[in-house]
Amino acid sequence: MADPISRRSALARIGLIFNGVVAAVLAVPVVKYLKSPTRKPAKADDWISLGPLSQFPVGETRMAAFRNPVVNPSDGKTADIPCWVRRVDERKFQVFAINCAHLGCPVRWFAQSNLFLCPCHGGAYYADGSRASGPPERGLFEYVYRIEGNELWIQAQEMPTPGPTAYNDGKRHLKCV
Amino acid sequence: MRLVGRVSRWFDDRFQLGASIKATMEHPVPRRTASWFYVFGSAAMTVFALQLVTGILLAFQYVPSAGEAWNGLQALNQQVSSGWFIRALHGWGSNFMVAIVLVHMVQVFLFGAHKFPRELTWLIGVFLLLFTLGMAFSGQILRFDQDAYWGLGIGASIASRIPLIGQTLVKLLLGGPIIAGATLARFFALHVFVVPALLILFVSLHVILVLKLGINDWPMPGRIVRRSTYLQEYKELTHRDGIPFVPSAVGKDIIFSGAILLAIAACAFFFGPFGPKGPPDPTIIQTAPRPDFFFLWLYALLSYLPPSAETPILIIGPAIGLAVLFALPFISGEGEKSWKRRPIAVLTIILVVGIFGSLTKLGLHTPWSPKMDAWSGEPIPEKMLADRTPLERQGALVFKAKQCHNCHALGGTGGERGPALDVVAVRLTKDQLIRQVIQGGGNMPAYGKNLSPAETAALVAFMETLHPPGQAPAIDASQVAVDKHGP
Repeated sequence: MADPISRRSALARIGLIFNGVVAAVLAVPVVKYLKSPTRKPAKADDWISLGPLSQFPVGETRMAAFRNPVVNPSDGKTADIPCWVRRVDERKFQVFAINCAHLGCPVRWFAQSNLFLCPCHGGAYYADGSRASGPPERGLFEYVYRIEGNELWIQAQEMPTPGPTAYNDGKRHLKCV
Repeated sequence: MRLVGRVSRWFDDRFQLGASIKATMEHPVPRRTASWFYVFGSAAMTVFALQLVTGILLAFQYVPSAGEAWNGLQALNQQVSSGWFIRALHGWGSNFMVAIVLVHMVQVFLFGAHKFPRELTWLIGVFLLLFTLGMAFSGQILRFDQDAYWGLGIGASIASRIPLIGQTLVKLLLGGPIIAGATLARFFALHVFVVPALLILFVSLHVILVLKLGINDWPMPGRIVRRSTYLQEYKELTHRDGIPFVPSAVGKDIIFSGAILLAIAACAFFFGPFGPKGPPDPTIIQTAPRPDFFFLWLYALLSYLPPSAETPILIIGPAIGLAVLFALPFISGEGEKSWKRRPIAVLTIILVVGIFGSLTKLGLHTPWSPKMDAWSGEPIPEKMLADRTPLERQGALVFKAKQCHNCHALGGTGGERGPALDVVAVRLTKDQLIRQVIQGGGNMPAYGKNLSPAETAALVAFMETLHPPGQAPAIDASQVAVDKHGP
């Protein structure tokens, strides 16, 4: 007959392995749950209307706002995202993200001096969104747009950030100016 | 009294904790450690306890929903009885806690407490600093106002710059593609469950180590720490000349903790709660986001780093800083403890305090931010307009209309992003002024496309009048010669 003590310690070892297996099985949904914000949402490629073209006079830059396509009931006003719409001519637009390309603060348009100024660290951009001065390393982020049914549509889903892989390849929803 | 004694004996017969609690409280400490320099650790713990209590009280009312949090805080401030005061206690308690943790850290460093055998106590202390700063940052998010919203944007923009994982990290930080409900929910979970649990765990480990290894002895110049002899020397110090922690050494801790609590209560009562400022509606862009006091240095740093060096410094800088803090007790684990014999340690503290202090002061002042409403809100001083020609006055109008005043001060009003222009005519000739306005440069946008020739002429005419009465404006001598004698 086997030594009862070693039999018990074997049982404890099996018990630990058993618990390890259960923990690994449970870890799968937990990791999935924690990683869920990084998944691409289903509505990501939807086009969003910024309203009729008549809202945007030729030669001017106006603020517009849209409801982010990916929303949560608890988002409140935070899902209302502003952007700057510049109408270059009848069919040509530029739609800039509100976020400064330095650290994401909201840039303000000054029509008199034709500049976007950032209140945080003083980044400045020209009317076409290109960098004028200050700490930003690049111009303003631009949304892809199209004109359909006399309305201006853009693709937008996420807050633009200045990271190295962001929006610079033209395939993403924002492109580099 | 006899009843109390009997009841407590009844409990202790079962718990059997009384003897070990008594021994812990009365453990001997070196006589000189009963000092006003040794009160900061216990004070930090006291403030942490205050934060736990006031935090739980706030959680009775707080709604962690992006749509409701701001209104909830307004209700706490305005409607709930004493709600404003509990918020103020928690907010001021947070500032005091960060400050005391920092002072505690400086004190233990200057007293050589990180040296053998207390390396691990120091390492856990570094984690406690990080957790405390984490609480301060996440607490600022829970205030969920404009500053919190755009502060998250700044955090996400910094995180996005980390190579390879940047974009993933941003989504994990925000809980989704944008700053919204999920963002607040996860910062609520971090601020209320995760980080406090870590703090409680690490504070416990920190205190256990202080008890097991003994409080750092008073550093005497010439008393050298050696791994081979220190433990024996410390044992002799505590047993030959030691005093029981309770009641002989604890008095100053209790008095100081009480004074700190009173100071927090006084600040809360007289200065009130922090915010919330404007509502977290991203379409309201009339805002100048500012971080809380203890992150102002970072805000200042982010404006002064050269654009090309910013990303590497932001990523590598914190890693180096943490590496230095973690390596410190192993690099200088032995030797002199007294700050009187450690000039490099003292100079390091002076340098670090100087750097962070200066950056914080600049962060309070934000000279790099344009004054967004100076062009329409702050007049040009009268004396700069008196006795001027119509062209020069037209130039002053251009100066206002083109928002020059947002970045350039005149007579102490306006922005400080660019240089003040009160005496600009002494520094730059007419041609140099025209070139600077049209081409920009030196951190100024080029205005060539935005000014007509007439506007430029008027603006430069106005700026040429900006010199002290007794001092002539700068002139181009060669141009004068050409004007006089012909080319």
